[in-house]
Amino acid sequence: MRLSGAQIIMESLVREGVDTIFGYPGGAVLPMYHVMPEYPQLRHILVRHEQCGAHMADGYARVKGDVGVCIGTSGPGATNLVTGLCNAQMDSVPMIAITGQVARPFIGRDAFQECDITGVTLPVVKHNYLVRSAAELAPTFAEAFYLARSGRPGVVHIDIPKDVQLELAEFDYPTNVSLPWYEPKLEGNPEAIKRAAKLINEAKRPVIIAGHGVILSGAYAELRELAEKAQIPVVNTLLGISSFPGTHPLFLGMMGMHGMAWVNYGMGEADVIIGIGQRWDDRALGRFVDFAPQAKLIHIDIDPSETDKNVKITVPITGDAKTVLRQLLPHIQPAHHAEWLARIDELKREHPSLEIPNNDRLMPQHVSRALYEVTNGEAYIATGVGQHQMWQAQYFWYDHPNRLITSGGLGTMGFALPAAMGAKIAKPDAMVWAVEGDGGFQMTLQELATCVQENIPVKIAIVDNGYLGMVRQWQELFHDNRYSQVAMLGPDYVKLAEAYGIPGFRTDRVDEVEDVLRAAMAHDGPALVHFLVEAEENCYPMVPPGAALSETIKDPRLERALARV
Amino acid sequence: MAANKHTIILLVRNRPGVLTRIASLFRRRLINIESLAVGHSETPGMSRMTIGVDGENVTMDQVVKQCQKLVDVVKVVDVSSEQTVQHELAMIMVDCPPEKRAELVALTDIYKSSIVDVGPDAIIIETVGDESKVDSLIDLLAPYGIREIVRTGRVAMVRTSAAVDDGRKRFIRAIGA
Repeated sequence: MRLSGAQIIMESLVREGVDTIFGYPGGAVLPMYHVMPEYPQLRHILVRHEQCGAHMADGYARVKGDVGVCIGTSGPGATNLVTGLCNAQMDSVPMIAITGQVARPFIGRDAFQECDITGVTLPVVKHNYLVRSAAELAPTFAEAFYLARSGRPGVVHIDIPKDVQLELAEFDYPTNVSLPWYEPKLEGNPEAIKRAAKLINEAKRPVIIAGHGVILSGAYAELRELAEKAQIPVVNTLLGISSFPGTHPLFLGMMGMHGMAWVNYGMGEADVIIGIGQRWDDRALGRFVDFAPQAKLIHIDIDPSETDKNVKITVPITGDAKTVLRQLLPHIQPAHHAEWLARIDELKREHPSLEIPNNDRLMPQHVSRALYEVTNGEAYIATGVGQHQMWQAQYFWYDHPNRLITSGGLGTMGFALPAAMGAKIAKPDAMVWAVEGDGGFQMTLQELATCVQENIPVKIAIVDNGYLGMVRQWQELFHDNRYSQVAMLGPDYVKLAEAYGIPGFRTDRVDEVEDVLRAAMAHDGPALVHFLVEAEENCYPMVPPGAALSETIKDPRLERALARV
Repeated sequence: MAANKHTIILLVRNRPGVLTRIASLFRRRLINIESLAVGHSETPGMSRMTIGVDGENVTMDQVVKQCQKLVDVVKVVDVSSEQTVQHELAMIMVDCPPEKRAELVALTDIYKSSIVDVGPDAIIIETVGDESKVDSLIDLLAPYGIREIVRTGRVAMVRTSAAVDDGRKRFIRAIGA
């Protein structure tokens, strides 16, 4: 079958089971857009900015559990994608990014809208290609999808010159991809598994750190079985949230810079820590050299380059989380750890971290807690980055798998709205909320038009404190209270929503929070709620930058209240 | 922390951009590549690289692991602590008026090197050996007036005996003996 390069691209996407593409047309991708109407099974979402197209593909991929696809044209279309690609790669999200490139004879001549985009994306993707001929397209797509999905998932970028899209070639989609040296190892080394089991069985004060890898490999049941069988408490990294039920008695909460104080202190007392599908990140561990000084570390991860990167691992096990846990479970002896669990309860009592300090005024924490109430904790929540993100991680109990879609590694403000849109397209029947700060929202709000045009009924909560809140908090605590460029004006968000044809609600009253959230959910379509919250609320607990987890600062108001008791 | 000399051998897919991918991992850590030699390997479509760098051991471990993650990299080993043969080739253009020729021919002979070009007032000496041999020849030629030096950078191979030992160890581990 002889097809044009553009047709081969579409055929390849169809073969890989793609149903949605997030894209933006332009000169160098015109041949692709020309043939797109011939493929009605591919839904194209016309975004308003390529970065958001990448974030939508990211949100879509995380919720769908499969590859997300985004398209941009050459030059600015491609460079606009870069933030979104880096974001997805840092959070191990499977994605394919397709960009147009100027025609082969123009490459290297600084042609109009030419950019050496494979040179730009190279350090921020898992792999990339500059396709040299139409005949290379099908094998390239097959390899790209295989790489994006397999092992530690990631972003693969394919740059395709315009004349390659027009060139004719025989289309024959490869049925398998052979990269023998790449083949990710799913099963863990049996000897290492035995050594890990021995450590776990002998542990007096074990803790599990469950990360994003648990979600990516779907190891929910195995994680729960391990925790329950040996009565091991579970903590989460930010991206690991919703890998373990949030109201489970063994669940301790998030660790790290804004983790629960009892978790951060408890880490210092643990004797064995089992890290599953997480990368010992600096925001989670605090100062590396002081992390869990008494603990032996077991590390289960598909990516061996994460072992010994930040902390020295006692027993590394390279493999897929689900597969390795299945191998490990038969070796684990049932245990109770009653003393250790009692000690943790004591830590919880001594270091409360989840009281909302003021119930008269609307605090940002109220929004997250109310969201939990009105959605029964079933909603998919996408967040931006900053204070609201941390509160959303702390004050919502994620009982259902894979419910928090957030930008962890890169920390990309403005992620919430486009990621929520992608999530909603992946799960059209699910309730999806974008929770975003006023700063972040103003970075990607143009996608409101996409919501309306493409009928993507996400609900949006803007947690507006009139500041770049997390930066303000750092300036308050670590920069002599000097507020520099953090007070931020925004538009009238309700009117803004109305300008896009979206109903908007607003409140600054704590007793109205649930009502406005319900009103937004009752509306059949996208809806926006503007919360005017306490301006200078700080996010606690907090580990100061560069400090150890044991140096966690607790909310001074809670400390005072506790002292009065 | 002290920087140590490292020699890293990579087997890579012979594709455009593969060098950039590898070099990029060193660049992001501001590690300078001291030497680099690339050429075809025994397998068609695969090239073998030898990279010489100065870097902290912990950092180099990470770089090597991250090199291994690159899709185009088939195999990567830091052979710094192994028994290896390491050679490079250098060509040295040195001033050589007719009256100095005999001296320079003798010196070249001592170093088991060869004169590959002779001009009216200069010659090119080609030498092969480990870096210290090349360095010492250059030192001896310096007084004559060196015009130009080109060095390939070292290529390295793990010694056959070491490879056999390693293979035997792996075999013993595999059978659990």
